[in-house]
Amino acid sequence: MSTTAIQIGSTFEGIPLRLKLKRIERRQKMKALFLVLPLLLFILVAFVLPIGRMLFNAIHDDTLLTLAPRTMTALRGWDGKDLPGEAVYAALAGDLKESWTRKTAATIGKRINYELPGSLSEVISSARKVSLLPAGPYREALIKIGPLWGRHDVWSLLKRGTSAYTGYYLLRSVDFEYGPDSQIVASPPENRIFRDVFLRTLGISSGVTAITLLLGFPLAFLLATLPRKSSNLLMILVVLPFWTSVLIRTTAWVVLLQQHGIVNDALMALHVISQPAELIYNRIGTVVAMTHIQLPITLLPIYSVMRTISPSYVRAARSLGAGPFYAFWKVYFPLTLPGIAAGCLMTFILCLGYYITPALVGGPADQMVSSFVAHYTNEELNWGMASALGTILLTVTLLLYYSFSNLVGVDRVKMG
Amino acid sequence: MRTPLTIANSLAVIGLTAGMFVATTPALADDLLTVTAGGGSFQQVLRKLMFDPFSKASGIKITEAEYDYTLGKIRAMVETKTVSWDVVYAGDSGTRQMCAEGLIETIDWKKLGLDRAKFEGAEYSDCGVPAGIAASVVTYDRDKLPNGPKTIADFFDLKKFPGKRGLPKTPQVSVEWALIADGVPIRDVYKVLNTPEGIDRAFKKLDTIKKDIVWWTSGAQPIQLLADGQVVMTDAWNTRIYDAVKNSGKHFELVWDGAVTNGNAWVIPKGTPRLDSAYKFVALAGSSQTQADLASSTSQGPGNSDALALIDPAVRPSIPNDHSGSTLPSDLSFWSEKGDELRQRFNAWLAK
Repeated sequence: MSTTAIQIGSTFEGIPLRLKLKRIERRQKMKALFLVLPLLLFILVAFVLPIGRMLFNAIHDDTLLTLAPRTMTALRGWDGKDLPGEAVYAALAGDLKESWTRKTAATIGKRINYELPGSLSEVISSARKVSLLPAGPYREALIKIGPLWGRHDVWSLLKRGTSAYTGYYLLRSVDFEYGPDSQIVASPPENRIFRDVFLRTLGISSGVTAITLLLGFPLAFLLATLPRKSSNLLMILVVLPFWTSVLIRTTAWVVLLQQHGIVNDALMALHVISQPAELIYNRIGTVVAMTHIQLPITLLPIYSVMRTISPSYVRAARSLGAGPFYAFWKVYFPLTLPGIAAGCLMTFILCLGYYITPALVGGPADQMVSSFVAHYTNEELNWGMASALGTILLTVTLLLYYSFSNLVGVDRVKMG
Repeated sequence: MRTPLTIANSLAVIGLTAGMFVATTPALADDLLTVTAGGGSFQQVLRKLMFDPFSKASGIKITEAEYDYTLGKIRAMVETKTVSWDVVYAGDSGTRQMCAEGLIETIDWKKLGLDRAKFEGAEYSDCGVPAGIAASVVTYDRDKLPNGPKTIADFFDLKKFPGKRGLPKTPQVSVEWALIADGVPIRDVYKVLNTPEGIDRAFKKLDTIKKDIVWWTSGAQPIQLLADGQVVMTDAWNTRIYDAVKNSGKHFELVWDGAVTNGNAWVIPKGTPRLDSAYKFVALAGSSQTQADLASSTSQGPGNSDALALIDPAVRPSIPNDHSGSTLPSDLSFWSEKGDELRQRFNAWLAK
């Protein structure tokens, strides 16, 4: 009995209160961690991993390394000046023979074709013909089979393939490419599109954000200052379209804006215009439809911030002699800034990813980056290009977010 | 007592969350088959002519899926080895592309029990059973334009036929037609297009009507544009035009001159666990009677040459196969090589 008592006593004395508290705190932390673990896991699996994989895809391409290993090894010693020697050609012949039996010639050809358009069928036919060649020397024979193999640029391309990492996709996403000696050159003018596409994406997004703010701010003010009953009714009008599918709202704009649509017919009946105006399949249609879809998203955070602003502030300003505009501008408006920042940030970032609306109501010059990402993912099956475009868009967005948070301060952003 | 409960709860939540990401592997039953096509009214026809009779005859239940003919999902399925589509109705260039990348099965014609020679002229029959031929043709509304265009050159003639025209927002069809309108004989179109000068020439010709083109992106759009009077004439799929004439009573006329034809094929994604059932279905889909029935109700030309004689004579004039003298089969190898480059140039040109 006595020994137990002493033991218990000693444990109590041995652990100072500080340590005990720490232990309890740690247990609490573990509990909290367990509770957020599902969310963390979700973010990791559904967000971090795919995005990381995408970023990796933009610079990683080991097609040539895995499908033409002999050539890649042989090319490591090539100085890149003249055409490579017989040993490299023999290695290439070996790789092509194998690719013909394993049916991978088309994949090799497709990779070369990315950078040298028009060479796909030559690679495939070379693979077929090489597999019929008895034995070397291969150099002359290969050049005779496919003049492609006598070109310097194809060997520069293959030499670049010795590394599993490539800048090709990222370069092409900003309208650059590799020249014949692996130097970086600007793409020919008739093929330059991506810089325009990025600028257009940013331009449309900031335009739509600005318009939603201009339209949304007064409306939010009205909603916040009206008596509950009438403001609730107005709120329903704002939120109702918000619950409707984006696709339906976009198609509704087609009905309204088309050549013989309601808007044009009304304007013509009122003799405002004599010819139907071009309101759709161009920038006007895109901006109108996008603004309509994004308006509640800009408006709602502003509204919820406005509701928290006590009317006594403005009253106080007025009683101290400020004019109505001065009181609004110096007292009320600065208090709404966190809501404006939140609404605009959300709208801007959502706009960057718009895809279906510009496709339906925009013209050919209104397509944004995401439509090109979709094209390369689904139709071209060129996932390197899709990843590179996505990577650049993500980087630009993060940079903008970073500078925005430095400018406004993210802690000031209020979602409501 | 509370702690273990909390842990148990959070573990349960983790389990539920994790469960969402485990691919739902369909039951490996032999009496199930998932067939995927482009949806819409065409799939309804497929259901009536193929899916239901097949299920009745074989006892294999068909689950349908729909897709928009894009290949990303099939590639993702095959690469992650979670193939849940057993048979897919695909376009010719998609079939060729997936074949080259090893995403679909090479067709074993012996196992299929069909004669490959009957599917002649389809250069994609290595990995797919040709399902039919559709044509991209100029069409106009006879009610609004009694003296309509007769040739591709008319399509590019703004003086003779003022007004907007519809074209698909891809270089396919647009560049071919530009060259035909510029006087290149139909059989030389791809020879000319294969040169840089030829491509310049096509874009120069397209420049002449650029401001009057309405670009469409999905097959239903041109029919709608024409019906609404948004365009005076448009490029459209012959099957869609046939549907509008037959089911909506429109008086749309087809101009077969220079029509660009494309094939479709039944393909089997690599790694499907129900390969045998898939073969059984494709064998039915490739048979002459099924293809003739499909042609009779949709005006899609059959891939199986035996089917031609079995088609409803009233539909025969709308079948692309019978206009092969004036049509241009899309050159798949040209498009697989130059497609990406040309699309980029086309996009740059559009944005100018």
